[in-house]
Amino acid sequence: MSHGKPGVVHGDNYFNYEPGIWSWLTTLDHKRIGLMYLFTIMCMFLLGGIFALAIRMELFSPGMQFLTNDQFNRFFTYHGAIMVFMVVIPLIPAAIGNFVMPMMIGAKDVAFPRWNLTSYYIYLFGAILAASTLFIKGVDTGWTFYAPYSIRTGTSATLVLGGAFIMGFSSILTGLNFIVTIHKLRCPGLTWDRLPLFVWAIYATSVIQVLATPVLAITLLLLILERTLNIGIFDPKLGGDPVLFQHFFWFYSHPAVYIMVLPGMGIISEVIPVFSRKPIFGYKAFAAATFGIALVAFVVWGHHMFVSGQSDVANFIFSLITMFVAIPTGVKVFGWLATLYKGSLRFNVPLVYALWFLFVFTIGGLTGVFLATVSIDVHLTATYFVVAHFHYVMVGGTLLAFLAGLHYWFPKFTGKMYHEGPAQVAAWFIGIGFNVTFFPQFILGALGMPRRYADYLPQFTTLNRVSTVGSWFIGMGFVIVAINLIRSIKTGSKAGDNPWGGLTLEWQSPSPPPMENFLHDPVVTEGPYEYRGDKIGLGLNA
Amino acid sequence: MSQVGVLAADRQHAHHFKDGNAEFEACKQGMWIFLVTEVLFFSGMFLAYAILRVFYPEMMKDAHELLNWKMGAINTVVLITSSLTMALAVSSSQRGETKKTVNFLWATLVLAGGFLVVKYFEYSHKIHEGILPGAMYHYEELKVAKVPLFMSVYFVMTGIHGLHVIIGMFVIYGLIRRARRGEFGPSYYTPVEITGLYWHFVDLVWIYLFPLLYLVS
Repeated sequence: MSHGKPGVVHGDNYFNYEPGIWSWLTTLDHKRIGLMYLFTIMCMFLLGGIFALAIRMELFSPGMQFLTNDQFNRFFTYHGAIMVFMVVIPLIPAAIGNFVMPMMIGAKDVAFPRWNLTSYYIYLFGAILAASTLFIKGVDTGWTFYAPYSIRTGTSATLVLGGAFIMGFSSILTGLNFIVTIHKLRCPGLTWDRLPLFVWAIYATSVIQVLATPVLAITLLLLILERTLNIGIFDPKLGGDPVLFQHFFWFYSHPAVYIMVLPGMGIISEVIPVFSRKPIFGYKAFAAATFGIALVAFVVWGHHMFVSGQSDVANFIFSLITMFVAIPTGVKVFGWLATLYKGSLRFNVPLVYALWFLFVFTIGGLTGVFLATVSIDVHLTATYFVVAHFHYVMVGGTLLAFLAGLHYWFPKFTGKMYHEGPAQVAAWFIGIGFNVTFFPQFILGALGMPRRYADYLPQFTTLNRVSTVGSWFIGMGFVIVAINLIRSIKTGSKAGDNPWGGLTLEWQSPSPPPMENFLHDPVVTEGPYEYRGDKIGLGLNA
Repeated sequence: MSQVGVLAADRQHAHHFKDGNAEFEACKQGMWIFLVTEVLFFSGMFLAYAILRVFYPEMMKDAHELLNWKMGAINTVVLITSSLTMALAVSSSQRGETKKTVNFLWATLVLAGGFLVVKYFEYSHKIHEGILPGAMYHYEELKVAKVPLFMSVYFVMTGIHGLHVIIGMFVIYGLIRRARRGEFGPSYYTPVEITGLYWHFVDLVWIYLFPLLYLVS
């Protein structure tokens, strides 16, 4: 079972196991790969965030402040493309799932460690390719690349499409790897009905990744062929159909948002029981709801196309089915609330982020109902109402859940506790800043302010200014998170194996874990939420 | 099969698997999932085909005359035969018959090459006549609306399929080199097995493409 070179003294955990950057760049260890993804994704998040702050600065007042219309088009395109393809889609599965999921199932690694490393480099290459266009001709189509403009634009759209195409393979391979891992590498005693909900979430997400992303691949490839060889399939000038592009695109991009949010929900399902010291309410319902959401995700794409000219029948069907996603989602929201109820709550930062998640995600979800209603959507589509809705669910949903998970598992990754004080301050900066940024945008949209516009009518000024100030609080909050976590690696107190009293398998191992994940092969005898009073139900062999 | 599984269990395997058999089963599952993703990748084009077929059936009838069904039929026979030789290669490797494995793999490779040669003649004839996709179409004998779109569907589908044949050829060549070194036997033939799965899939896609594109009437 030797890993490194013979004769080399290895450190006792995965971090110091082998020194030097080359050992990291060529690692096959899922924990190191997870951290490499985390680092890279956070760099992309910074880039996408800078575009966001610039957009909000331009929108501080009506008229043009410091950008031209053309530059503004590029800024919202890059903000969207970077955040969607390079940040939120890979974030929780690649950065946290890679590290935590194999440990949660008692495995030594994922099924295909070399494909895992390859997936990382595919992601990196695609991201660099797409980002390189910042130094060429940029791209100005919006992250949705609608035809026919995406065919005509003289920008570097082809390279961005190529970069996104390449990154898609990373997503597919990661999903494939995780599915086989969960099927084939569970430790003895870990039956399907004892699987932690985070693992269920990663599993459902992986299924979506594997089924939906190839459709994005063919869509982007066809658009590239359209631009380079004029094959005509989406081009009205050649007898093609631009609305067909929208069908192709949204067939992936709607399930994509569930790739973004399901892992986040999985994190919430881990954090809330631990910090309430109570079993999750309705474990089986949660697992079923996860797959219910994944299923509905595939049949509602047309709700992005209510004003595309598709038939009333199509509009009706898509609107109706979209409503159904509220059922499994409601099962989860009420399940989390029922778990908190009469729990013994510890308001450490993971729980604070989880509570913010509940509040913010509920608002985001409810506003989805407005947009799913065709007669209302015709007024709200392409306004700031839509922008607010998806930021509430994607940022409020995925990003807040990510922050909850990052703080929850920080002791496991680093062996240190983060400093609670600054973390709490940051959580409130982000939570409040988030609502100050995006709630006014619901109102702006309802009042008629269109999205993707660099200018607006003077009566929208106050709300825009409030929104911009909110964005500064989000920015400050993230800066505090970054500084605090980096500092805590050095100056945090030692964490020990299980600082939170969690019952999932990763807490049965030292912090940080050894290279092989566990000191003794784990065997499971009961589920991961069996809290019994103040005695930890240790049905798990260390 | 269980005999093979028992022997596979003894073999050297990656450290995170319980035994060699677990590794074999995981690799098979991984390849099957990958093939599912390939189905979805091709499905976009099948949808585009279906749309043209449903909305412009007369155009499809005229357009498909531009395709050489005889060459398509030859390619179908060639590819099905290559699937046979591939399956024979897999079973030879299971039994540790190195020479037969290598020979059957070579046969598969040669047949795949033959497929590409026929494709080359098909494509070059079309390029010569101006029967090209989309805006590049300039075949004077058939100037009907949407025919260029049919040709786009034809070229993209057969082109992507051809790319998968080429990739398969590289992988099979790698298998030949490993087989010649005696790497495959009853306790380990995983790469041959999963390449076989991939190759059968490539064959299956063609079996759908051929009648849909060449034989529509």
